[in-house]
Amino acid sequence: MEQGTVLEMRGICKYFPGVRALEQVDFTLREGEIHALMGENGAGKSTLIKVLTGVYPKDAGAIYLAGVDGQVHIKSPQDAQNNGIATVYQEITLCPNLTVAENMYIGRTRSALTNWQKMNSDAGKLLDELGIPAHPKQQLGNCSIAVQQMVAIARAVDMECKVLILDEPTSSLDEQEVQKLFGLMRDLKKKGVGIIFVTHFLEQVYEVCDRITVLRDGQLVGEYIIEDLPRVQLVSKMLGKDFDDMADIKSDSDTDNIDYSSTPVYEAIGLTGTTGIKPFDFRIHKGEVNGFTGLLGSGRSESVRAIFGADRVTRGRVMIDGRPVKIRKPLDAMKHGISYLPEDRKRDGIVGDLSVRDNIILALQVMKGFFKPFSRAQAEQFADEYIKLLNIKTASSETPIKSLSGGNQQKVILARWLLANPVYLILDEPTRGIDVGTKVEIQKLVLKLAAEGKSVTFISSEIDEMIRTCSRLVVMRDGKVVGELKGEDLNQNKIMATIAGGES
Amino acid sequence: MSANTEVLNINKLKRRTPLTDTNLLLIITVTVFITMYLSAIIFLGKGFTKPQMFYNILNENASLLVLSCGMTLVMITGGIDISVGQVTCLVCMASAVFLNNNSILGIMPEGHAVVVSMLIALGIGLAFGIIQGLLVAYLEFQPFIVTLAGMFFAKGMTTIICSDRVNIDNKVNSAFHDLSSTEVSIPFIGSYNKAGEFVPATAEVGVVVGLAVVVILFILLRWTKLGRNFYAVGGNNQSANMLGINVKLTKFLAHVLCGLCAGIGGYLFFLHARSGSPLHATGAEMNAIASSIIGGTMLSGGVGNIFGTLCGVLSLSTIKNIVTSLGLEDPWWTNITVAIMLCIFLLVQSVISVILARKKKNKK
Amino acid sequence: MTTPEPRLKTGRSGKRLLEKFGLTQLIIPFVALLFLVLLNLFVDPSFFKIALEKSSTGYYILSGNLISIIDNGSELAILAIGMTLVTSASGGQDISVGSAIAIAGSIVLRVIKGLSPSISGGELAVYLIFAFVLCVVASALFGAFNGSLVAFFKIQPMVATLILFTAGRSIAAWINNNENISITDDRFKYFGNFLPGIPVPTPVFISAVCMIVIALVLKFTNLRLYSQAVGINASSSRLNGINPKMIKLLSFIILGVCVAVCGFIKVSRTASITYAVIANNIEMDAILAVALGGNNLGGGKFNMTASIIGAYVIQFLTTTLFKLKVSSSAISAYKAVVVIFLIILSAPVVRKWLGDLKNKHIASRAKVKKEGV
Repeated sequence: MEQGTVLEMRGICKYFPGVRALEQVDFTLREGEIHALMGENGAGKSTLIKVLTGVYPKDAGAIYLAGVDGQVHIKSPQDAQNNGIATVYQEITLCPNLTVAENMYIGRTRSALTNWQKMNSDAGKLLDELGIPAHPKQQLGNCSIAVQQMVAIARAVDMECKVLILDEPTSSLDEQEVQKLFGLMRDLKKKGVGIIFVTHFLEQVYEVCDRITVLRDGQLVGEYIIEDLPRVQLVSKMLGKDFDDMADIKSDSDTDNIDYSSTPVYEAIGLTGTTGIKPFDFRIHKGEVNGFTGLLGSGRSESVRAIFGADRVTRGRVMIDGRPVKIRKPLDAMKHGISYLPEDRKRDGIVGDLSVRDNIILALQVMKGFFKPFSRAQAEQFADEYIKLLNIKTASSETPIKSLSGGNQQKVILARWLLANPVYLILDEPTRGIDVGTKVEIQKLVLKLAAEGKSVTFISSEIDEMIRTCSRLVVMRDGKVVGELKGEDLNQNKIMATIAGGES
Repeated sequence: MSANTEVLNINKLKRRTPLTDTNLLLIITVTVFITMYLSAIIFLGKGFTKPQMFYNILNENASLLVLSCGMTLVMITGGIDISVGQVTCLVCMASAVFLNNNSILGIMPEGHAVVVSMLIALGIGLAFGIIQGLLVAYLEFQPFIVTLAGMFFAKGMTTIICSDRVNIDNKVNSAFHDLSSTEVSIPFIGSYNKAGEFVPATAEVGVVVGLAVVVILFILLRWTKLGRNFYAVGGNNQSANMLGINVKLTKFLAHVLCGLCAGIGGYLFFLHARSGSPLHATGAEMNAIASSIIGGTMLSGGVGNIFGTLCGVLSLSTIKNIVTSLGLEDPWWTNITVAIMLCIFLLVQSVISVILARKKKNKK
Repeated sequence: MTTPEPRLKTGRSGKRLLEKFGLTQLIIPFVALLFLVLLNLFVDPSFFKIALEKSSTGYYILSGNLISIIDNGSELAILAIGMTLVTSASGGQDISVGSAIAIAGSIVLRVIKGLSPSISGGELAVYLIFAFVLCVVASALFGAFNGSLVAFFKIQPMVATLILFTAGRSIAAWINNNENISITDDRFKYFGNFLPGIPVPTPVFISAVCMIVIALVLKFTNLRLYSQAVGINASSSRLNGINPKMIKLLSFIILGVCVAVCGFIKVSRTASITYAVIANNIEMDAILAVALGGNNLGGGKFNMTASIIGAYVIQFLTTTLFKLKVSSSAISAYKAVVVIFLIILSAPVVRKWLGDLKNKHIASRAKVKKEGV
């Protein structure tokens, strides 16, 4: 190991059943640097962090730490702590029912008794030192998320770690709190701590980081010094498209046919819900394919969920074919001909133990009503028809959906919503985590549906997919709609610049 | 300038007394208890103003107190144990049959037999605790199913040992009888009788044991690492793991301690009842759960307090007394009262947790 | 390495054939049944004797252990129907069914006794219908009470039903002022015993009717699809327009109706009620029936037939234990052991462990073969 390096990971591989999460990834962290780990969804950032903190065992590769001869074997989060690797996760991994001080010291003290007085005064001192506005005796759950996040950082700081991992710590902080966190990070940096900073906020990376490592599809793209990598370059590295490679295939669908002056199929004015998106206006016309884009956490999924009534909608007017309607719950949306394929297939999409057939007919069945079940033959006919139409690879329509591959599961969910014969179809990340062949099939299907006169909203993390399929893009950042691109503007450079924001 | 305001903010925060969920529920509990007791004085007259009444309540409920304390431990870790009532019943029966067995008295003196019967009681409690703990913590079963099976197992075992009532009287074992009728007088606390003499309040041995268990467990929960780990595990399983706590071991120990409490509580019941019977302690699990919940233990885990449990037991007994003296003397009224109390407090908890969750969401 | 494959294929196609008829789940209860049958054959073959005898009322009736099993198993089978639905939709069990049966029975007796101090002629039928309807409504309300605690207040099913579990028998006693009511009219006993001239016990017919009704409900409504979807993935079912709360509530109400029928049969058997003992431990049996039917106690997919068969197997076990001179109250200890055994087998940790063991075994066999070649 070189002088000044605190952590070195070499050739790390991690496989999950059917998925190559990490393939030969190297990572180096130097003393007193803030190192950003970047990549889109599924790039392998979290997996790499979890391997480092002992949550997952690695399948191959070696980890070296400063001051330790030879490889380090990290088997549990406890192990990582003992080796001087402290982690602050995106979700708060503290106990909300304990006090602030307890959360800072629990699981670390050796003695069997708790000295409350000493603990509280120690914690108080540290909180003051770091400028965290929390009382040691306060219950953690009563603090704001930001303060909770900072308490987690205080805990990590107090462990005198050599490596501090911050896994998307800023996603729930406001601007001021972020600045406070950055101050803290700079202080630690001066003390020689190596900090790994995982985030998807580009501005923040350029504000505090010294170096960037980019991952894509479980592979290392490269390590860059921050000055050498302009913002747009970074986005292109993350998305896997060269910036200058803009002579991309433009949508071969005929977008000129869309009559923008007609009454929109769906129109929302000032729609907002409880999930932290700012009120937005949105309309979609017959035969149009539109897209919501933005980085992870920008509010693109929350927006479409609000359209479908999946989360509680607090404000906004909705019109379908110009008629005002109320959409309070998913069934309302379904009855108005809206379908929604959710982002998280496993959590919100499939009903794992049920057969492919039941999964396909589910939505249509619910719309038809509780007392009018389809006959077995009818259901089978529907299932077989769509299995054939979408080319779903399954042993039979009786097979439980959970035993299918990711791509085929996705096709089953698609079949479910196509069978419901919607006017307006929302597809949130339909191509995530599935093989390339299926991806292309799904894109073709979207264009075919639009040609048949259906309206489609298509969301994808892959920009070229969006360009190929969409005729209009709504760009979001931090829960706000920041731009709408169509026609000439619909190219990689322009999109990336709008996503990245600021000067490009 | 901004640095100054920040310091001010921190100081402002420090002046405000922070209130944890545990303390919030404790305040509710204590308020409920005081209200109950005051209304008891109003409805039932002066009897309740005498300290002796207080001890009478405890005399009746020493066993329940210990059971509830054990239940509180398990509930703080987010589990539940519904076997405690039937374990109590089993302990009574086993101890009674043991003491009643003439051949044993031939082997050892009466005093020793009593000690052995205590060990049997503790052994049975521990055995249930350990087995149920293993199944819940290490094989990851729902605590409810496991302890339901434990409950029926204990129920069956009781009748396998003996299906009738077994009485222990003076002739059978006088050492036991002496122990069970020993009354401890409490210095300086008491009342004046009609002649104006000071009569010290007295309590049975069971009350002393029960209060000792309360104190020990209070210290355990408040000041020991294990106690705080109970709270952490109940608060958030995964977080506790990430914070470096052995979650499985912690859950296991909670069940073992609860089993031990069931053993102790069972023996106290035995001391008070001086008999074993398959009908003993029916519904004790519900009384214990209700006491814990009234005492401010959250069913979802992570929140609770042994002192609250003490108040819960007292509140429950007071309300039972009130109901009885309101003329609803039929035995079923107590059960129905307990059920209504349990239901009300469950609903209150459910509503509180919904409000807390919403508040947190808004803060985000 | 190539030789094992064809054998595997036949194994799979055999399994597929079983799956086609939904029979794989029936293996567990049938194996248990087989075990019990063999045990009885070994201990005392006369266990299986069925006789047609003249009863005290002067009619020919069937008697024997097998008859008593399907007779006494009726209540359990009816309960298993409701319990299966509750388990599927809510992922928990209702432990208050025994107490609720006591309430239902108490209501029936109260109504009949209260309305007809001296029953005469055809009026009894009217009273019976009225009593039955009232008892169904009351039980459904109690079910709805449990269900709303579970669905709307998100209390674990077993804790929510714990309230009624302990209070139920007291409520039952309260309804009748703790009096030992007994109905003298013999016709009231028809429902729990024999109809004049028919050699088969009436509860058998009642449970058969219940099974037919539930079969029709499952065929002509989406109850199965909805409750399975809710039990497997509530979030996903909500996004597909199902209201998970209503489905959970509905399952508890259906269980309430089942409880009412059971209560009616129970009190009709003896024409009287003992509040502390009626339907004692039946909650355990009902849960056991669901588990024995191979249904996941954590909710989701269910097989109604398997549950019902499970119920009769449990009754078979009870009767067998009786014949082996185990006292009625000690039986629960044996059943508790069976429950523990069953849940250990179904635990994810153990299943994974068994799976690993099997894989290892196959791998080692393959290895041996390879080395042999």
